[in-house]
Amino acid sequence: MNRWWLFVPLGIFALFVGLAAYQLTQPKDDFVHSEMIGKKLPQFDLRAATGGKPGTSTADFTDGKPKLLNIWASWCIPCISEAPQLERLQASGVEIVGIAIRDRPEDVERFLASYGNPYSKIGADDLSEVQLELGSSGVPETFVIDGQGTIVYQHIGDIRASDVPMLMEKLQEAAQ
Amino acid sequence: MIAELGLAALWLATALAVLQLVGGILAVRGQGELASLVRPTAIAQGALAGLSFLLLIWLFLVTDLSVKLVAANSHSAKPWIFKLAGAWGNHEGSMLLWVTVMALAGALIALIERRLPEKTLLATLAGQAFVGIGFYAFILFSSNPFERLPTPALEGNGLNPLLQDIGLAFHPPTLYFGYVGLSVAFSFAVGALLTRQVTPDFARAMRPWVLGAWIFLTLGITAGSYWAYYELGWGGWWFWDPVENASLMPWLAATALLHSVSVLAARDALRTWTIMLGVIAFSMSMLGTFLVRSGVLTSVHAFAVDPERGSFILILLAIYIGGALTLFGLRASSISEGERFSVTSREGALVFNNVMLSAILGIVLLGTLYPLLTEAFDVRVSVGPPYFNPAGAIFTIPMLLVMAVGPLLRWRQDSFARIRLPLVLIAVIMLAALALVVILGAYSLLADLGLAIAIGIAIASFLPLRGRNLLRVPLATWGMVIAHFGIAVALFGMASESAFSEEKLAAVNIGESTQVGPWKVQLESVTPVAGPNWTALEGTLQASYDGGEPVELHPQARNFWAPPQETTESQLATRWNGQLYAVIGNEAGQGRWQLRLWWKPFVTFIWYGGLLIALGGLLSLVGRVMSDLKRRQVVRRRQLLEAEAVA
Repeated sequence: MNRWWLFVPLGIFALFVGLAAYQLTQPKDDFVHSEMIGKKLPQFDLRAATGGKPGTSTADFTDGKPKLLNIWASWCIPCISEAPQLERLQASGVEIVGIAIRDRPEDVERFLASYGNPYSKIGADDLSEVQLELGSSGVPETFVIDGQGTIVYQHIGDIRASDVPMLMEKLQEAAQ
Repeated sequence: MIAELGLAALWLATALAVLQLVGGILAVRGQGELASLVRPTAIAQGALAGLSFLLLIWLFLVTDLSVKLVAANSHSAKPWIFKLAGAWGNHEGSMLLWVTVMALAGALIALIERRLPEKTLLATLAGQAFVGIGFYAFILFSSNPFERLPTPALEGNGLNPLLQDIGLAFHPPTLYFGYVGLSVAFSFAVGALLTRQVTPDFARAMRPWVLGAWIFLTLGITAGSYWAYYELGWGGWWFWDPVENASLMPWLAATALLHSVSVLAARDALRTWTIMLGVIAFSMSMLGTFLVRSGVLTSVHAFAVDPERGSFILILLAIYIGGALTLFGLRASSISEGERFSVTSREGALVFNNVMLSAILGIVLLGTLYPLLTEAFDVRVSVGPPYFNPAGAIFTIPMLLVMAVGPLLRWRQDSFARIRLPLVLIAVIMLAALALVVILGAYSLLADLGLAIAIGIAIASFLPLRGRNLLRVPLATWGMVIAHFGIAVALFGMASESAFSEEKLAAVNIGESTQVGPWKVQLESVTPVAGPNWTALEGTLQASYDGGEPVELHPQARNFWAPPQETTESQLATRWNGQLYAVIGNEAGQGRWQLRLWWKPFVTFIWYGGLLIALGGLLSLVGRVMSDLKRRQVVRRRQLLEAEAVA
């Protein structure tokens, strides 16, 4: 009698081993990719957060030059730790536009005086409206925007020294 | 010196395992030169593996920081019990524990097993050695627990604070005993396939191992579920997480195996099916180990994940399971068919339930592996209760109904007409219970059916004792009755939790109170408290049930600083009829605090049921072993008498 069905468990098992072996050799990508990548910036026009720098609007991001959009606040502790990295990025020629979340002009000024001012423009988002539309859930966050106002990359959390080369690379990719 | 001794013992044990394998295989092929060596080798191998593990425990107890594993997982200031548990609370040590238990099980078989035909026994020991060699190689080549550091560490790294819990210290070994017991069943199945001798004696020799493994798995799952319930602070008791499924799948297979091995022992039927389940049950244990340690699936249980180790386990899996299934395909058709039976018989009911258990196993397996399949096509999915609950219920409900009736049927041939009275009784009880819960206002289909079936089974489980002298009922029968009653109790808890739980999320000021179910809960104060490596906000709650004497509860929101992690320490007020589950959250503004409260009627029955099921297994095991010993004595006495008569 033909007992081919006795090999069915083996066949199912072989399928599993093949699948598992394939998955094991695949690079494991545990990173949660942002939903915002590839989308246009939302429309906004923010007043200046402090006397020293102008405010910002969507139009600032469509001049053909890639920029960083940094969401931060003077009351945010991790923002202090990322300040040196922003300075380094600015020193290597990157334009950084800031949006200060739920902040007061005097606090913003004090923060910039203490930790440096790498921003070309700083808009004030008093009710987190722009922040929410950007799909950002906290401070600090940094977006890489290409010259046409499209989000290329979203960095959640503070920028560590080890993140700087990666951000530079994203900016260069956006320029091409 | 101690570490080197341990490593040497491990290498020696490996060498003996090779000898055991070769001797066993030669004996099966009819060349018996080494046959007399196999049993002593198995015993020596067990002793050496045991020695090696004891030496590892020694290193942990004296905190020898020149050993890498001790430095990475222990600390000189740890209480001794956690130093002890530290020996297996990591990847390397747990693999050594695994292989040690396996070797000790092999030694025990070699020492006591006298019923099996010698050839089948030798083939079984060869199978045990074959599986052992793979794990020895795994430990020696990629996870050496005795590795020294070039320079001794000044102090150890300690153990993850969340794992410093007495329950968790003993949870992994419990599951390991279960997995390893199934490895013995696997070796038995392979041995029987090699010699084609599948007999009731074979089933009787295999049964205590299956029962033992099943008891440990039941306890392990019950304890793990309770831990997740009180420690994770989400109020749930089962999350269909891959790691939970990894422990459930061997249990389902072992439950099916347990029943089919009983049919084989009592009636000499289901030969091929029992062998198949013996292979499947251990496959599920190894599959679980693979899923947990390889990191191919994402789970809330963070475990030492390492793709290299994953590949190693996958190769072992392919060799053992693939080999056994190939052997099964080649040999199963030559195992002669067992006794026949009619559909309406105890065997018929057991076969039906075996098929249902296998179907549930298939559903859990598919749900667990489905993300692995879709990720190959770059689609990320997560499979959860909306799949598992209804799909599982389709097979669980018929299984439970048959479980209520099956033990009332006779072996081989019976008719429903003979048991009409109990059948009608069970049906009436279930329908009445269903009507009652609907009147009580629970409208969840699965939960209502669950409650009704639970009450029906609770009564049906005792019917096999009807009309019998309770003092003369065999222990194994008591075991069955209690285990089935335990299923009813656990099911009642699950269904009641799902049908009648009440949840309240409230923001309350100090001094204010809120109501959940029959409980009135007052927030008295919130104070900061500190522990050795955490700070917490601790709420003081006065909870009174139905206006009675208040109970004080202290839920905490804890912040660990090394590593930084926030945990909620829930607090429970347990009554006979349920639990109040309290969690404190963040400050909600204006001096108000978030309180999350659940009233879960009869939720504790889930775990009492689990304990009853394990107790039933234990009674069966003791009963079976005792009657085996008695039978052995009778046989020996008869042999003595015959010898005297000849003289």
